[in-house]
Amino acid sequence: MSQATTPPPPDETRTAAIIRPGHSLSSVTDKISKIVLQRHTPRGWFIGLGISFALVMLLLWSLTVLLVKGTGIWGLNIPVGWGFAIINFVWWIGIGHAGTLISAILLLVKQDWRTSINRFAEAMTLFAVACAGIFPLIHVGRPWLAYWLLPYPNTMDMWPQFRSPLLWDVFAVSTYASVSLLFWYVGLIPDLATLRDRAKSRPWKIAYGVLALGWRGAARHWDRYETAYLLLAGLATPLVVSVHTVVSLDFAVGQVPGWHATVFPPYFVAGAVFSGFAMVVTLAIPLRKVYGLEDFITMRHLENMAKVMLATGLIVAYGYAIEIFTAWYGGSEYEMFMVQNRMKGPYATFFWALILCNVAIPQLLWSRKIRNSLLALFLISIVVNVGMWLERFVIVVTSLSRDFLPSSWDTYEPTFWDWSTYIGTIGLFLALLFLFIRFLPMISIAEMRMLVPAEEEPEEEEK
Amino acid sequence: MSALDLDLIRAKLSEQKGRAFWRSLEELADSPELTAKLAEEFPSQEALWRDPLQRRSFLQLMGASISLAGLGACTRQPEEKILPWAASPEATIPGKARFFATAFPLGSSGQGLLVESHMGRPTKVEGNPLHPSSGGATGVLAQAQTLGLYDPERSQTVKENGRIGTWADFLQAVSGPLEVQRGIGGAGLRILSRTVSSPTLAGQMRGLLTELPDARWHQYEPVNRDGERAGAIAAFGRDVACRHDFSKADVVLSLDADFLVRGPGAVADARGWAATRGARSGATRMSRLYAVEATPTVTGSAADHRLAVRHSEVHAVAVAFARALQLGAVAGAVPGSFAHWKWVRTVAEDLQAHAGRSLVVAGPEQPAAVHAVAHAMNRALGNVGLTVVYTEPIEPAPIDQTRSLRELVGDMRAGRVEILVVLSGNPVYDSPADLGFREAFEGVPLRVHLGQHEDETSALSQWHVPEAHFLERWSDVRGHDGTATVVQPLIAPLYAAKSDHELVAALAGNAAATGYDLVREHWRAEHGESDDFEAFWARALHDGVVPGTVLPPLAVALEANIDATVKSGDESGFELALRPDAHVHDGRFANNGWLQELPKPATRLTWDNAALVSPRTAQERGLADGDVVELRAGERSLRAPVWIVPGHAERAITLHLGYGRTRGGKLARGAGVDAYRLQSSDARFAVRGVALERTGEQRELACTQDHHGMEAGLTGEAIQKRLPDILRVETFDRFVAGHGHGHGHGHGHERKTLLSGEEHQWDGHAWGMVIDLTACIGCNACTIACQAENNIPVVGRKEVARGREMHWIRVDRYFSGKPESPETHHQPVPCMHCEEAPCEIVCPVGATVHGKEGLNEMVYNRCVGTRYCSNNCPYKVRRFNFFQYADYDTESLALLSNPDVTVRYRGVMEKCTYCVQRINEARIEAKKDGRPIADGEVVTACQQVCPTKAIAFGDVNDAASEVSKLRSEPHEYGMLDHELNTKPRTTYLSKVVNPNPALERLGGGKDGEERH
Repeated sequence: MSQATTPPPPDETRTAAIIRPGHSLSSVTDKISKIVLQRHTPRGWFIGLGISFALVMLLLWSLTVLLVKGTGIWGLNIPVGWGFAIINFVWWIGIGHAGTLISAILLLVKQDWRTSINRFAEAMTLFAVACAGIFPLIHVGRPWLAYWLLPYPNTMDMWPQFRSPLLWDVFAVSTYASVSLLFWYVGLIPDLATLRDRAKSRPWKIAYGVLALGWRGAARHWDRYETAYLLLAGLATPLVVSVHTVVSLDFAVGQVPGWHATVFPPYFVAGAVFSGFAMVVTLAIPLRKVYGLEDFITMRHLENMAKVMLATGLIVAYGYAIEIFTAWYGGSEYEMFMVQNRMKGPYATFFWALILCNVAIPQLLWSRKIRNSLLALFLISIVVNVGMWLERFVIVVTSLSRDFLPSSWDTYEPTFWDWSTYIGTIGLFLALLFLFIRFLPMISIAEMRMLVPAEEEPEEEEK
Repeated sequence: MSALDLDLIRAKLSEQKGRAFWRSLEELADSPELTAKLAEEFPSQEALWRDPLQRRSFLQLMGASISLAGLGACTRQPEEKILPWAASPEATIPGKARFFATAFPLGSSGQGLLVESHMGRPTKVEGNPLHPSSGGATGVLAQAQTLGLYDPERSQTVKENGRIGTWADFLQAVSGPLEVQRGIGGAGLRILSRTVSSPTLAGQMRGLLTELPDARWHQYEPVNRDGERAGAIAAFGRDVACRHDFSKADVVLSLDADFLVRGPGAVADARGWAATRGARSGATRMSRLYAVEATPTVTGSAADHRLAVRHSEVHAVAVAFARALQLGAVAGAVPGSFAHWKWVRTVAEDLQAHAGRSLVVAGPEQPAAVHAVAHAMNRALGNVGLTVVYTEPIEPAPIDQTRSLRELVGDMRAGRVEILVVLSGNPVYDSPADLGFREAFEGVPLRVHLGQHEDETSALSQWHVPEAHFLERWSDVRGHDGTATVVQPLIAPLYAAKSDHELVAALAGNAAATGYDLVREHWRAEHGESDDFEAFWARALHDGVVPGTVLPPLAVALEANIDATVKSGDESGFELALRPDAHVHDGRFANNGWLQELPKPATRLTWDNAALVSPRTAQERGLADGDVVELRAGERSLRAPVWIVPGHAERAITLHLGYGRTRGGKLARGAGVDAYRLQSSDARFAVRGVALERTGEQRELACTQDHHGMEAGLTGEAIQKRLPDILRVETFDRFVAGHGHGHGHGHGHERKTLLSGEEHQWDGHAWGMVIDLTACIGCNACTIACQAENNIPVVGRKEVARGREMHWIRVDRYFSGKPESPETHHQPVPCMHCEEAPCEIVCPVGATVHGKEGLNEMVYNRCVGTRYCSNNCPYKVRRFNFFQYADYDTESLALLSNPDVTVRYRGVMEKCTYCVQRINEARIEAKKDGRPIADGEVVTACQQVCPTKAIAFGDVNDAASEVSKLRSEPHEYGMLDHELNTKPRTTYLSKVVNPNPALERLGGGKDGEERH
């Protein structure tokens, strides 16, 4: 089997800074697979998983209370019919954008620096989409009937209502989730085979063996793998754009001032990439430190991601500006009031905090020094994550709380259960991530080996 | 074989007092008779039965043999005859509602009703078109009476000192003391009733007093006619009732009279008034209303000019009118500090210019002098016999109630009262604090209370007897013009309740008398001995009016000298006005969830009363909504939350009565503060020299409309700016001149659409509604009628505070103009049933769809509750069941539901359906006759109840229908239609006001030039 996993010769150009020199094929394999196959599990992992798991329990508790009592446990009212559930849904879906973007689009445009981050970015995407997927199901008044949104043959002879953006959401998100899962899994197959070959204990050998689907590393395998991966990348690429476009249509199709804007689709997609990359940075910095992966996730990666954040951040800022401009240029009293109300109304603090987080602070990324400071990057990425959450809060809540008729204006105050559900999904996300880094290679071994410079001939691997 | 004598058991059970426990029916029936029967039937086993240790095996044996015998004994059925409706009673068709005429007694009179009954249970109250006090409509209170009937917290059994008792126990317990009283002519017997409005009951009382000449009958209720009565005596030397005809009045002056919603004739008066304000194309005449008042009321908001003065200043205003009209008979001078001369003179000129077609009305809370001046003014203006008619008082025994109560308390203190029977009042709670009723009451040896709830008074009485609701008993009552109605029950008493007729009969020694017999006997006597009584009786019950009972006009002469001297009072601090609450009245309806949750007209507050202050007072004292203040009057004080009301008089506070109950049900308790604690018997409706102090506490008040639009800054400006899109107002002069409508976006506005030529054509019936904002007075009757018709749940204070009230039609209130003298506008908002409905396209499961007659329909079964439809509804008329609001569990409330309307489950969206159940009923009738539904055949609940007929409903495809005619009025518009192109089926007629140009030039009242 020694030659089984030998990859085709790597592309030699532009590999200098994305993997630290001195690595050989076997050292790459060793280093990454060791994290999974080692007997000893670091204590920090247990603590991290423990905390995350406790939060998952909080989520389950919150959901139980929700199912028993009803949507009223949240701070919703008339006029604010959507609150944390929808905000969190959009936020998580946005975060889930980075994975596919990195895996698919950067693959197609041959940005091979993506290699060391794509695996966990994809995993992060899946987990974020899983978290996001919870919300549309539970936010409805009768969650046990949420499946009525699916077009399935039924005795009621009823179809869903195809004009509703919420229905488009169902298709967009479920397609995205399944393609992302497939893409991630297909990418994992050669690595699962490596783990199968290297695992010491029989149960693990069987587990990885089953998941590896009989991969032997034959040339024909590689050929088909490459084709499939490329095809999936091609499939996933439009999804990166479509998912958040459709999510933005939930708002843009509505006639609520502050929702009804044509700029929403591109502005939401940019925002999603912005927050997705911020989340990758937030996760990558501690991970590379804890697992000593500085060799593979180098400063070049981080700097590139910072640049993407800066660029998408600017698009988002443009979106904010255009929203204000069209409100003024459109001449509608209601739109203009919406803008003023965001700036001066009861939720003004949220608006200005959002501007600070998403527009002002990311400008620091113009500086190379900041881009190369781990601490600064980490903090900025967190600020951007907070900012993007605030953006969704401002869009959902301030628009609804004061729409057309002043008689129905009211404010929305999140309750304990709003927060516990939100924090619970963060727990779910982290718990899944902890399990992932313990049981699957967080960096693609096969792809990393392609990056090892050709002159470093692989050593003979042990049988 | 006769194992158990069920009659015996029943008799034994009914004799039990309090909580007696029995282990088995056998033990209960352990009587000599039973034992004897057993011995006869089973002689061999008799020994077993007698031995307690062997009894168990005997019963086991017997049990086995009985089951073997196939229960052949067949003695389990009660011996009363029960009959299946194999031959159904006449006209009882399951699913088909029947209507019975009755009347809702309140205070001195009653309002005629038709009550809808489904299979024997009353579900909805409608006005009786034949009854002059109703004319087919009702006020707010009548609508809530079905819930009052089924209130699960109504008192259900006789109680003796809090323990369950029986009517028989009660009769036995009082028989001794009553016997003693009979011996002494009733010298120690006192009966305290509310205002007795029933001729039969008054007859019974008189009979009782003839028998016991030294007994006393007192009447007191907080909302009474004392002021009017004293005013009439001052003006005419005798008590008279005033009957007004607003439909003939061109100029009306209200001196603190909230005549549009209060008083016996409110519904008739509101309709008459609205009839003079029908702004339609071609109209040449519109009446004008001036209001002088402290507290913003419904009438004040409907006025063309409103003068906000303190309660006590109304007197000075009245005297100023007397001077301006040069009424020689009225003595009294206007204080030198009087600041409203110009206003008064201008209004007086207007009144004089419409002599004979004007009307002056004084409010019941005002003192006698104000009423007397109003009488003198009507006389001087030549209105008597035209817009105002005097009659004998409506109530059978009019008295000065405050004096009556004071005398009673005096007698109680002096120990002259041995037995006090409280007939359906709650004097421990609602008598003025200075009388000390409670302490005096506790000193009475025997205290009996008849009431619908176990309340403050029953808690201090030895005996409490549950009172029958008017929907479950016989009685009679007169309408505001004297028309008598027999109150007939719609259902047998749900609990062991007695009516006041029955209790009084029992006191008179005739405990077996039924309400039916008493009332019938009274009317037989009234009718005289003739053979056609049965026909007369049947007709009276069917129609809900007794013919020929209208009180004839009375000729009265004005006294030559009416003393209306303005006495100076304590000018320090604030003046506190106490007013009956629009919804809980004097507190008796405090346990009614519909009324508690109905937003108050001026404040949109629910579930609470509050100390109402003007914006300036709030600013000066640094007060915000919900700040708790301490109000101190002498040694009495009260803590109350503040609510800011634009248009409230300065240096004045208003507090509504009826809140702060300590007993009387879960809902009554803990709602608001008890204003009676500041009330004194010599000036019951105003307390002068009140000190106001902040306490630093806060109380959350549940308001359904957070913004009054008079705020400084962004919010207020935005509201004022968008008002013209929402609620249009124009003056009558402009309306007549023809340029009052449109303003560039009404009629003649080209609808811009991308679908030109492809728009849907509506064939067949096309339902639509037009709401006339000129006629709407903002009384909320539509909201509560809709609640009753459509099984709308009550959500409670906390949920209202969170913005989750469920009303399908709400009355929005906006202010415009200056904060100190604002114009108040009301706008009922049901579903607009938009032809281009924004809610429909966003529902992912198709749970809200368009019917082919243009109804925007909600399919509850299909709704999964995404709430997207509500987000996208620009009118925010959709309501969501955030929790399981509808009560599925309480037994009595299950009877309340309208069987034609789904009771909604948690997680489902709901909204106005245009009363689709009524449309379908009319459709069925029309189909049976093979004809289209005629105009006027479908009447929605909100339309039916509206006292001013502000709501029209019908087929907009039928050019001859009323709604089509209104839709072609020049001032018809669709709310937000020009902004959003929703094509609403519910449209509005602009509010047309008729300000006096002379007064506008003075800058008094409302500013017509600035109106939008």
